[in-house]
Amino acid sequence: MARIEIKRQVQHETTAGVLEVEGQLEIRLREDESRNWTQISDDAELPEGGAVVVNLKRLAEVAEDPRFEAIGVRVAAGEDVRQIAPHLPRIRLVELEFPKFRDGRNYSSASILRQQMKYAGEIKAVGDVLADQLFFMARCGIDCLALHPSVREETARRSLDRYKFVYQQASDGRRPIWSLRNG
Amino acid sequence: MYQYDSFDQAMLDARIDEFSDQISRRLSGELTEEQFKPLRLMNGIYLQLHAYMLRIAIPYGTLNAAKLRGLAHVARTYDKGYGHFTTRTNMQMHWLKLEQAPDALRALAKVGLHTIQTSGNCIRNTTADQFAGAAADEVCDPRVWGEVIRQWSTFHPEYSFLPRKFKIAISAAPSDRAAVQWHDVGLYILKNEAGELGFRVMAGGGMGRTPLIAKTVREWLPQQHLLSYLEALLRVYNRYGRRDNAFKARIKILVHEIGIEKFQEEVEAEWQEVLKTFEDIDPREVERIARFFAPPPFETLPETDEAYEAALASDPEFARWVEQNVHAHKAPGYAIATISLKATGETPGDISADQMDAVADIAERYSFDDVRVTHEQNIVLPHVKKADLYTVYQQLKALNLATPNLGLVSDIIACPGLDYCSLANTRAIPVAMDIQKRFADIERQRDIGELKIKISGCINACGHHHAGHIGILGVDRRGEENFQITLGGSGAEDASTGKIIGPGFDYDGVVNAVETIVETYRSIREPGERFLDTYRRVGIQPFKEAVYGQN
Repeated sequence: MARIEIKRQVQHETTAGVLEVEGQLEIRLREDESRNWTQISDDAELPEGGAVVVNLKRLAEVAEDPRFEAIGVRVAAGEDVRQIAPHLPRIRLVELEFPKFRDGRNYSSASILRQQMKYAGEIKAVGDVLADQLFFMARCGIDCLALHPSVREETARRSLDRYKFVYQQASDGRRPIWSLRNG
Repeated sequence: MYQYDSFDQAMLDARIDEFSDQISRRLSGELTEEQFKPLRLMNGIYLQLHAYMLRIAIPYGTLNAAKLRGLAHVARTYDKGYGHFTTRTNMQMHWLKLEQAPDALRALAKVGLHTIQTSGNCIRNTTADQFAGAAADEVCDPRVWGEVIRQWSTFHPEYSFLPRKFKIAISAAPSDRAAVQWHDVGLYILKNEAGELGFRVMAGGGMGRTPLIAKTVREWLPQQHLLSYLEALLRVYNRYGRRDNAFKARIKILVHEIGIEKFQEEVEAEWQEVLKTFEDIDPREVERIARFFAPPPFETLPETDEAYEAALASDPEFARWVEQNVHAHKAPGYAIATISLKATGETPGDISADQMDAVADIAERYSFDDVRVTHEQNIVLPHVKKADLYTVYQQLKALNLATPNLGLVSDIIACPGLDYCSLANTRAIPVAMDIQKRFADIERQRDIGELKIKISGCINACGHHHAGHIGILGVDRRGEENFQITLGGSGAEDASTGKIIGPGFDYDGVVNAVETIVETYRSIREPGERFLDTYRRVGIQPFKEAVYGQN
């Protein structure tokens, strides 16, 4: 079972184009520390440096810019995650958007990133991220979960730990039951 | 019968724990109704017109006595003493109290039953040929792969929030008894010249307001690759299926809109990627599962039995039941007996708790503890000795379970309709009952021959009306119930979609119209022709003229 570190996200300074997130629980299933990312909204001006998260359209523009110490990319539901492939070596964070918890498209994006693109950096679920979907998200290789404000920490923990076994191979390295049965 | 081991049981227990937790979070307000709804649906709980409904999964339609008794117990304790078999071979109970749901689920879990993924936009219960393991024409028992799919699809992390529901059916026989081509994915198991088993994979079938028959995605898939291929196919659907309109979200619309060639291309490309990392199921596990479906210890018997032949000769009612409801078995001296749940005056597909217990006893004693559910809402005793058939028949008759009408005009599929369902526009069960009454004379039914009537009380088509030889669809016309009739549908290996005959009918008119259509067939059929054959030969015109007049 992966380490679960829960932190309250710090509020970013508000400059033009910076997305403000307040008092949100974040579950990290990764060992490394979260960077101080600056969210760049769709057409906002770029800062002089630091770690920036941009949308898919602007990825090419920032990916080759040496001023930025790290690049993150936001993938909306319905966007083709394979488009980030040319810039993969520079990317340290992929944010997958779940506009509604019922919109399951980005579960597949996570699977593709982990299984096919061999991406090992952080994948973060943002948006309508609720307790009862965390287990599925984690199984697909999402290792940072920015919880919806309505989710209680205890509920989230229970949800992640409930199933001791799994029936199918996914991106979390857990052996499916059929494999356990047959040694 | 597949037996749960400690792994399967642990999954079930965790699920009940999870759902109990979800219910209490809903009751405390931590979950909104919008957030809770898909969770309860994925646990088979619907909010209907009068109460909550519990939909219990019956994987590939296979039950045994213990499970049947468990269902009877739940029906008595938490519902009104009966259950309803659905076209997905599940059982529904319509009068549940939400706060009792966890207790009902625990009672079901004791006999290895559950409600997992019987609703919601996920992979639903896989259905299979009800004669599996007994039919002479099958190449293997398709339920082995049904169980493989059940496990793989249970709590699938990537495919639990699909654009829409996803239904898989599987058959290993040339006679399709499982309506395979009407499914999101339909699987036919075939044997090639080398004696190897593989799948013909079809996709994009479905009913609803846009009826489409599945198209072949792959002619031959070696059996060991089933799961990797389904992973790929579902990924294509999950990513590209429409989510802007629930009525266009099924995979059939995706396949239709991009075309089967493009869909094949996408799936093939995705599959090649999946194969690089996905470990297909170990053949040892398939063998382990297959052992649970090994043939029961059939006795070596002569083809027929003297006492059985004598009963056939002396009891014409028994002979009629055998002719209509009994099918050939692969083992000499055995037979497959179908129990019709379509007695006149009863709701199609309903069975009382007492009947369940009694059928459980019969199955235990006379059918190797094996009972099947059919998508046509009947049940089957798959392995009955011919020598026992007369006894079984007499016991069934005493239970009002020996109606000799399988495949006849009164063997009607009907959805629950307005009597229960909050989506329905019209009643469906009373229409079925009125048609049964109109054709109550069994000799007339037998003369009419095979005729499949299927009734849906709304466009969602749960009653499979598109696949009915005669289909009836209830619609709302300015606040009045109106019934459209379609002709020429089929759910068999020659799948076809029914065509609308003309303007709809009111409640009384629809039964008259059905009778006119049936009598027209009787007057123009050629020897040996079923209704469907005649329709396919002459087309819709003669029926139209008979129903609406020459103009």
